[in-house]
Amino acid sequence: MTTTTAFHSGAAESADLGYTEVEEELRANVRALLAARAPINAVLARTELAQTTDTELWRALADELGVTGLAVPEELGGAGASWRETAVVLEELGRAVAPVPYFGSCVLATAALLALGEREQLPRLASGTAIGSLAVSFATAPGAPFPGTVHASDDGLLTGSVRHVADALAADVLLVPAVGEDGEPRLYAVQQADVEPMVSLDMARQLAVVTLDVAPGRLLASGEEARHALDAALTTGAALLASEQLGVAEWALTTTVAYAKERHQFGRPIGSFQAVKHRLADLWVLVAQLRAVARSGADAAARGSADLPLTAALAQAFASGAAVTATEEAVQLHGGIGFTWEHPAHLYLKRAKSASLALGTPDRHRARLATLVDLPA
Amino acid sequence: MDDGLRGAISALLEKYDPATTPVADFLGARYDAGLAWVHFPEGLGGRSAPRAMQQEVNEAFAAAGAPTLDAGRHGIGLGMAAPTILAHGSDAVRRRFLRPLWTGEEVWCQLFSEPGAGSDLAALGTRAVQEEGTGDWIVDGQKVWTSLAHEAQWAILVARTDPDVPKHQGMTYFVCDMTAPGVEVRPLRQATGEAEFNEVFLTGVRIPDAHRLGAVGEGWRVAQTTLMNERVAIGGHAEPREGGLIGVVANTWRERPELRTPALHDALLRLWVDAEAARLTGERLRQQLAAGQPGPEGSAAKLAFAQLNQRISGLELELLGAEGLEYEDWSFRRPAHPSMIDGTPGYRYLRAKGNSIEGGTSEILRGIIAERVLGLPQEIRVDKDVAWKDLPR
Repeated sequence: MTTTTAFHSGAAESADLGYTEVEEELRANVRALLAARAPINAVLARTELAQTTDTELWRALADELGVTGLAVPEELGGAGASWRETAVVLEELGRAVAPVPYFGSCVLATAALLALGEREQLPRLASGTAIGSLAVSFATAPGAPFPGTVHASDDGLLTGSVRHVADALAADVLLVPAVGEDGEPRLYAVQQADVEPMVSLDMARQLAVVTLDVAPGRLLASGEEARHALDAALTTGAALLASEQLGVAEWALTTTVAYAKERHQFGRPIGSFQAVKHRLADLWVLVAQLRAVARSGADAAARGSADLPLTAALAQAFASGAAVTATEEAVQLHGGIGFTWEHPAHLYLKRAKSASLALGTPDRHRARLATLVDLPA
Repeated sequence: MDDGLRGAISALLEKYDPATTPVADFLGARYDAGLAWVHFPEGLGGRSAPRAMQQEVNEAFAAAGAPTLDAGRHGIGLGMAAPTILAHGSDAVRRRFLRPLWTGEEVWCQLFSEPGAGSDLAALGTRAVQEEGTGDWIVDGQKVWTSLAHEAQWAILVARTDPDVPKHQGMTYFVCDMTAPGVEVRPLRQATGEAEFNEVFLTGVRIPDAHRLGAVGEGWRVAQTTLMNERVAIGGHAEPREGGLIGVVANTWRERPELRTPALHDALLRLWVDAEAARLTGERLRQQLAAGQPGPEGSAAKLAFAQLNQRISGLELELLGAEGLEYEDWSFRRPAHPSMIDGTPGYRYLRAKGNSIEGGTSEILRGIIAERVLGLPQEIRVDKDVAWKDLPR
């Protein structure tokens, strides 16, 4: 049974599931910046502004910390680190539900351009001087059929629209999958498009409708190469999104544990009641598992492991449910305050539920696993 | 690994061919060379090396085809008695017991739980009274859930030495000779039909004071060393992908297409995902433990594996349908190697029920995680300041 052999040997590669000292240092720097520049009350307040992206925070991440090009090699203008370090930044951004286009630009768009060996846009994205967005529905799963809502003429003019695009509102360059006149997939870089905000469940990651009306695009790839670049972006994205989901879940756990220690009812902290304690203990176990799964995904992406498609599918099949559970528990265990507009719990709930639908729902990833690990229906 | 260690291993392998040397002799030589537990002191099977080196040493011996002891038969000795003896035993006790324990010449069991002291272990009532003149301890009481009691030469025992103080303060930890007069072992049969465990009745059993571990009244503290290592031993081992029960069910799925239904398919995939997440968590814990001491994190792994084993073994019976109605054998048996993987589906289903009870119930483990890891306030306790003899029972 060859499939079985393949996935068992994949597991034999030794994944480093921990954090290096450098990664911990990076985490501390990002956390300190976010605590100073993106306190949760500011994030809450921004959801009611017209400008939902925190561009000042983006500049600080790019210029002060230099974390926008971690996964990009130095010769392409990046920091020459890897997806492991990118994942640590994502954990912290998730923990703060920070409204910056990091996932769209530094993960999805960057992964697509890296797969193509592109040299024009990639340095700009890596330095953070330009923001990129992959113009596909954020719900698109790795392995899904190539999108067909945008058509490209032979002279590179694009027409069509894409709904539910993440991080397009702040984008300087859109990476647009389109179908050519010959019916073949193509990937274009587009700098002029109509980008309209959508009212989105996730208030800290506002989606958009991208409309192209005979818009000029620069051809990046066509045929199998375009298909491969899109799939590489979605697969890397699925593996890395788990780290953002981990940050969200970790916020839910630590905030709820702290609240259970200070909130008193019936003359004692609610965290002394077994009904509350046991739920929090289960949640801690779940977050510990989520951390292992997220590190496994980041490590496989960093090593370019043959195990990456499986690890990415596992990451989304597990992390989606885990982060949703964590935020749902946070709302419930906070009681009334957790259901209010003023408390940030709802922002995390919205992020977790949206992220569970992003890049494929858990059932799609389970179906993908079924193929990858030879457990056919 | 440093050159000293590597050299010691090569020298040992050169002198004692793993293929031809009797197991006890080989292990004895490994102990004498300080290559048993490398972090133990010299003369006690170790060389005061960092604990992190142990894994590499084990791997080097495994690569050379060196023998190891059966974890089922010697797990209590190696995993629980040895670290407790090292941490709390007198020098004479360490020298008497560690070597034959390591070589497998002496089997150990654990006399902790009692019919009236399960989750509330500190309520135990087996009495140990010190005899005037000899200083020996005379032990009376009943222990239960004792694996290997019918094969063990020695036991680690916790008994009540002072009933007049609150329960955690009045216990003392001993090494008990299982062949001593007054020790009676009876098989305890489980829901599976077999007797994996025993009841042990202790009547006037004599233990020399030299076989006490730790001070009189310090038994609870000493027992914590044992229990922390137990939880690591149960939940913290490395496993390949599909190495646990999920692999058994996954292979049945692959080999028996006629059993497949869409609902079972989704249930199987959900369990596969959860099992892989738990495996990675165990692996992450193992990577961290390689460098440090066991902590309460082991409780999380044990909790997760108990739940998984129960869900997977339940699904397996549903998958098998009519075959799941059968059971292999209800006759009384004494299994030499109780193994869920090697057992039958019905056996797995029933045996897994014990996973959330043995070694700390899942409820107790959640309490440990909540209080020791998350720092949540303790339960309100009504028994803390009451003398043991005055507790309601």
